[in-house]
Amino acid sequence: MVSILAVDDSASMRQMVSFTLKGAGYDVKEASDGVEALEIAKGNTFDLVLTDVNMPNMNGIELVKNLRQEEGYKFIPMLMLTTESAGDMKMQGKQAGATGWIVKPFNPDQLLSTIKRVLG
Amino acid sequence: MAEVAAESLVVEGHLADEQQYLTFIMSGEEYGVDILAVQEIRGWEAPTLIPNSPPFIRGVINLRGTIVPIMDLRLRFGLTEADYTATTVVIILKFDSDKGERVLGIVVDAVSDVYTIADTEARKPPELTEDENSDFIKGLVNVSEKMVILLDVEQLLDLHLQVLSEQVITD
Amino acid sequence: MSVDLSQFHQIFFEESFEGLDVMESELLEMDLDDVNEETVNTIFRAAHSIKGGAGTFGFMPISEFTHVVETLLDEIRSGQRTMQANFIDLFLQSVDCLRGMLSDMQGGNEPEAERPAQLRKEFEVILNMAAAPIEDEDPSTAGDGQGWLIKMSPHRDLLLTGNEPFRMFRELRDIVGDDCLEVTSYCDDIPDFSSLTPEECFLKWDLKVTKTVPLEDIKAVFEWVEDECDLEYLSLDNTSDTEPSDADNHIEEASSAASTESVAEVEPTSVEATEIKATEVKAEKSAKPVKKQAESSSIRVSIDKVDSLINMVGELVITQSMLGELGSNFDLGRLAKLQEGLSQLEQNTRELQESVMKIRMMPISFAFSRFPRLVRDLGNQLDKKVNLVTLGEQTELDKTVMEKISDPLVHLVRNSMDHGLETTPDRIAAGKKEEGTITLNAYHQGGNIVIEVADDGAGLNEEKILRKAVEKKLVPEKNNLSPEEIHQLVFLPGFSTADAVSDISGRGVGMDVVRKNIQALNGTIEVRSQRHKGSTFIIRLPLTLAILDGQLVQVCNETYIFPLVSIVESIQISRSSLNRVTAGQYVMQLRDEYIPIVCLDQVFGLREADDSSENLMLVVVEGDTEKIGIVVDDLLGQQQVVIKSLEQNYKKVSGISGATILGDGTVALIIDISSIDKKLVPVKNNSHRPERAA
Repeated sequence: MVSILAVDDSASMRQMVSFTLKGAGYDVKEASDGVEALEIAKGNTFDLVLTDVNMPNMNGIELVKNLRQEEGYKFIPMLMLTTESAGDMKMQGKQAGATGWIVKPFNPDQLLSTIKRVLG
Repeated sequence: MAEVAAESLVVEGHLADEQQYLTFIMSGEEYGVDILAVQEIRGWEAPTLIPNSPPFIRGVINLRGTIVPIMDLRLRFGLTEADYTATTVVIILKFDSDKGERVLGIVVDAVSDVYTIADTEARKPPELTEDENSDFIKGLVNVSEKMVILLDVEQLLDLHLQVLSEQVITD
Repeated sequence: MSVDLSQFHQIFFEESFEGLDVMESELLEMDLDDVNEETVNTIFRAAHSIKGGAGTFGFMPISEFTHVVETLLDEIRSGQRTMQANFIDLFLQSVDCLRGMLSDMQGGNEPEAERPAQLRKEFEVILNMAAAPIEDEDPSTAGDGQGWLIKMSPHRDLLLTGNEPFRMFRELRDIVGDDCLEVTSYCDDIPDFSSLTPEECFLKWDLKVTKTVPLEDIKAVFEWVEDECDLEYLSLDNTSDTEPSDADNHIEEASSAASTESVAEVEPTSVEATEIKATEVKAEKSAKPVKKQAESSSIRVSIDKVDSLINMVGELVITQSMLGELGSNFDLGRLAKLQEGLSQLEQNTRELQESVMKIRMMPISFAFSRFPRLVRDLGNQLDKKVNLVTLGEQTELDKTVMEKISDPLVHLVRNSMDHGLETTPDRIAAGKKEEGTITLNAYHQGGNIVIEVADDGAGLNEEKILRKAVEKKLVPEKNNLSPEEIHQLVFLPGFSTADAVSDISGRGVGMDVVRKNIQALNGTIEVRSQRHKGSTFIIRLPLTLAILDGQLVQVCNETYIFPLVSIVESIQISRSSLNRVTAGQYVMQLRDEYIPIVCLDQVFGLREADDSSENLMLVVVEGDTEKIGIVVDDLLGQQQVVIKSLEQNYKKVSGISGATILGDGTVALIIDISSIDKKLVPVKNNSHRPERAA
């Protein structure tokens, strides 16, 4: 089963994402910040990482940067969920090694189609 | 018990004004309480004493997790103390008060029967002003040539509280 | 696939309210002279989450309003502006405004529009954007040509961002169709095998789209790699289009276009419908200063507590299966094993019980958290400078108790600010610090939690109180009440604190209501006051309403339970070591102090005095005011007991706080140390002693 790590400090967003993905048949694990996500990532393998940008403890950009250093996460697609309409955040994300982004607000269908697109 | 009652009782009257009474024996007299107020009937078991309570409050028991006080109605009525024998029973009464449901167990000699009695049949008890216990006598009724004293469960409760509060004052 | 987003609304509201609480408390704590970067970040994050969630779940007015708040916060965060006092005010007003909007929307109503619009104007003035420019989505009309040639020359590190070129080609094919895409690879840059690394991308491609497609759609495919590739888009009808890529993203459109087929391919396996993690089972916080709501029936529990519960249940299951196996195959030779199993079961049960009770406990900071704001606002209103000090915020308290104590605390703090603290000129005249102090303190003492509300104001005015009380015929004209006794008069019903204690006009509710609320929780309240120094209101509450660590004792074949927390020590004594002071009153010397002695059998009327054995057990307990020794026949075991009400069906019994059910199903009564204590210690005046609720 395709497994996805969903990271967001907002419980409602995390639930929405998780519920949507599970409904589409993905295996989903959740984390509420970068530190927790990194912990979980080290003990598991994922086909895709979806992360919010603004989070306490470790933000999404730091998370991506850290994950790219991890064995097994070099080529894994990592998408940022971002509300920034400015390019700045995206640039930082890209530099950190993010694959792409999904702009909030998004609806479940948009989320799924983007993920589908990344996973091919 | 309710089924037995329905068969064994031959009392005519309007259904709406009829009530079923559970009767019990204390010192040879038969008393009745509204069966709807009876939660269950239990055998006698020694309760836990409550410090400084009046003698007729025998203590409290555990009724499926609820703490229920046990009042010996025979002592409360000033009847000569009866022994606690194999037939001695505790009738658990429940009633709605403004503080929610209250539960009280009363100790009597034995359970007797269930009668259906029309309100119109019950007669007012004669005024026995000196006896405070007459307050909770709802009426007297004849069933098969026997007199049954019907008790008012609510008054029983009120009295219960009243006595308790007197107790507080004299405490 | 359609997902019903409304199922996430409740949790969105709850976390948003929490986010607002965070914003509020961080804003209140902000020191303008030394603005902490992380504080601003925290506030920003909270606003950001609310905006994101509101947008996703379709609460547009909230999302739009939060956007301006967030924008200003972002400018502060990024150092473009510095935080100012008027910003804090504006943010606080926004917090209130958002709370109102969220409440409205939670109740299914349209949020009010006027206030957010006004605040928004203020933000816009600051942000210097008179009218929020709507992002102009200029519909790209480019791409009318016969098709496109896309020259894609990736940078070597493309693969390290998780972007896979073939994924993009596939996607492009999905948009334009199988027949209309030609891909040409250029392998010129591939190095020797020895220097070839799989992590780098050495290929280049030309992608020829032979179909009329808006350029925008094509660009969307490469949106994520614009910076990792050199991309050229050439129109096939030779009008070269080398328009530099615009940063705007339109992924939504692109992705939804591609979505239709893709979804069907995903294997629709089992839908785990409602896996809701325990962290997200939230309750509304007790201190939530939104419009008053019913006490919440749910509780928010940290995942740690739940995990520990799960562990214990696991152990319990193991014990149970062990006992089950033993039971089905038992002989006396395995008795030791059975006993071991039973003691294990006992331990499991106790631990489980403890953990379950802990779930109900919350730090009192939940109740304290509303006060910084309250004190700030009320201080402005009364024109008093007030410093709020909170202590013991981690003290844990039963959730139900917490919810019910919140309103009385608010009343006490208001009272202290209004009536307790002097006006600034008065304070200066009295030689006091200009700034008054209100202290909230919580701590454990014996089996109680104590909450104090203290001020360093003028203190209670005994003459005024007494005059008022006599006027209202609450006390006889001739009395010789001590100052302490006079202080407690403020709790009497009908005693209006407003003009008696100070001349500042007060709020309607009297202290008697506060006392009534606290008594309803089996608590007590008293006041200590000193003229010109200040007043302290002291609330004592039972720690939890439901459970107790008990010491079982025996007196005349009856079992009683002492709260373990109040026991100082238990010692064996001989009857002769007791000294009779008066009839029925004994004291005993215990090391270097004399302690009063109570014989439980006498106090409870269990037997005539002095006919018990020579050897006695003495349980030394810490009462409200001093140590007392309680004589019992014997000590039995210790165990946790669940407190049951004796009053529900009976009445309050002096010396007894409740009842419990022992392992054998019988009832045992729980000793109320404080009322035994009171029996013994002569009380000068009972009038202010709170009567326990029946």
